[in-house]
Amino acid sequence: MIYEVFRQEREGQPFQHGGSLEAPNLAFAEAYARELYGRRDESFALWIVPRESIEEVLDPYVADVFDRDYRRVDGYSLKVKLKEARELAAKNAAHFPREESSAISDLGPA
Amino acid sequence: MNDNEFQAYVQEGGQVETGDAMPDDYRKALIKFIEMHGNSELMGVLPEREWILRAPTLQRKLALTAKVQDEVGHSQLIYRVVEDLGKPREACLDDLVAGKTKFHNVFHYPTKTWGDVAVIAWLVDAAAIISQKALLKCSYAPYARIMKKICWEESFHILHGRDCILALMTGTDEQRELVQEAVTRWWGPLMQFHGNPIAAEDDPMYRWRIKSQANEDARQQFLDGYVPQIWELGLTVPDPRLRKRDDDGVWEYSEPDWDELKHVVTGHGPKTEERLGFRRWSREETAWVRNAVLPQAA
Amino acid sequence: MSEDDITKPAGSRSEGSVPESAQRILELADDELILGWRNSEWTGIAPFLEEDVAFSSIAQTEIGHARAWYELAARLTGRGRVDADTLAFDRDPDEYRCAPFVEARLVPDWAKTIARHWLYETADAIRIEALQASDDPEVAGLAEKIDREENYHRMHADMWAERLRDEARFRSAVDELWPSALGLLEPGQRDRLCEILSREPVDPVERGEHTEELRPLWEEMTMVRRSVPGASW
Repeated sequence: MIYEVFRQEREGQPFQHGGSLEAPNLAFAEAYARELYGRRDESFALWIVPRESIEEVLDPYVADVFDRDYRRVDGYSLKVKLKEARELAAKNAAHFPREESSAISDLGPA
Repeated sequence: MNDNEFQAYVQEGGQVETGDAMPDDYRKALIKFIEMHGNSELMGVLPEREWILRAPTLQRKLALTAKVQDEVGHSQLIYRVVEDLGKPREACLDDLVAGKTKFHNVFHYPTKTWGDVAVIAWLVDAAAIISQKALLKCSYAPYARIMKKICWEESFHILHGRDCILALMTGTDEQRELVQEAVTRWWGPLMQFHGNPIAAEDDPMYRWRIKSQANEDARQQFLDGYVPQIWELGLTVPDPRLRKRDDDGVWEYSEPDWDELKHVVTGHGPKTEERLGFRRWSREETAWVRNAVLPQAA
Repeated sequence: MSEDDITKPAGSRSEGSVPESAQRILELADDELILGWRNSEWTGIAPFLEEDVAFSSIAQTEIGHARAWYELAARLTGRGRVDADTLAFDRDPDEYRCAPFVEARLVPDWAKTIARHWLYETADAIRIEALQASDDPEVAGLAEKIDREENYHRMHADMWAERLRDEARFRSAVDELWPSALGLLEPGQRDRLCEILSREPVDPVERGEHTEELRPLWEEMTMVRRSVPGASW
């Protein structure tokens, strides 16, 4: 039976595919995974999974026809609106002087 | 994607995974190339394993066992890739012991002394690593991925080799002579190791980006890295023509014996029959284990 | 305690002058070295590749443990003239204290190899446990460290013994090796082994006389080292 081995390089890191091995059952697969992916102490942890349990998805996106820019960072263009808002705030401050709130300048670049 | 589009795709850096559509010729070439690599790692164990038993210190015994173990581990990784491409491991091993498939020239030669053990770990492994590093860019991604682990583990072998050599070279006259004698004997096979120069345009292995380094480039890289190391220890190489040109840095050398290379890799090396026979024997004796324990092998 | 006390066979001086634990240490070291050597004979030709890598680690660990015991034995001589390599390789075959159990070449018989591996690990666990209770803190400490690594060996041996349980050749291999397995342990520990394995005691093959396989093994093992005596490798 073929088993896939995923390994965690260091504590806290994602598990990444290391390779595959052939073994009669899970007990053997565990012994072999330790050897092949741990004998130099190179893995913090291992996941061992029978290959048949893994579902491969090659074309992961569910909907790709219409533009869905609201889901992406580059779908938002703040520059123009931010400039306008700052100008408006500056104009209002001239009429109603008070401590300039730091809220807008904290926004950083658009 | 038709064959031309596929070729353009891989030449531009496109990667191929196991389940992807690929031209039949690409798949066949991959299997042949990768299988030969697996065969070489496995056959490479045989010249070295006897010296594990004879290692002169506990440290060397441990280091050599670990090195050979790595090589077996590499063949495991490699044959898994071949199996996923469609040729089962058992079929690969059957073909190997029947003499139907090839393995690298260096593993057809005898190891006569502890000097050989040191020289193999120092120079033969170095020659192999140069080729292996070039394979990190193979268009077939599963193979490129295992090459990463292989190259990492091979780096320990180089250190072990160097350590053994330096211990011998700083030892007695007899020990230094062991090294020189081994270098002299291994020089021919080493120079043949990377293969005769082939024009990249004529070679499908390059067009498909399975290989990405020309044979001659690999050999030049080897000479550049290791001849200085050999000479600085006071060792000589049995080639009076060997020199590095001042103007372009290219190494000149006597033409390697390409007939010998062909003769050896087609199964006529000094130790080929004996080693294949040994493999055949141990496989037969342990067939019952595979049948009892690995259902696919039955 | 002198170097001679460590290396001469037990019968050549009065038993009382050599501490019990020093004898045990050398027996342990020699057992691990020779068994590790025999197990290394499988490197590259084990039944399948994954097992080859695993079994090779076991052989390496055994040799590593042998080295640790030899280092301890060398320290106990107190003179600095011997080190682990001297004890491992520079004695005459007759001076080794390994049990006949570990001396036989078992390649290419995997059933016998696993039978020996399984019997050895089970027996070894008993003596390692006893050594952890040693009065000598160095001995106890080393036994504890070794015990932790041996856990993996036991898992591996049990896994194979379970898998080969129904194979006639495995069962007959265990039967055949049982008398020498008993001989691995000192008399006081044998009942425990019988109990753990639910087997009846038989006449053991005692430690003390070597099989004819040890000398050729020693000759091959030491041939490079003897080729340039006293050299550094």
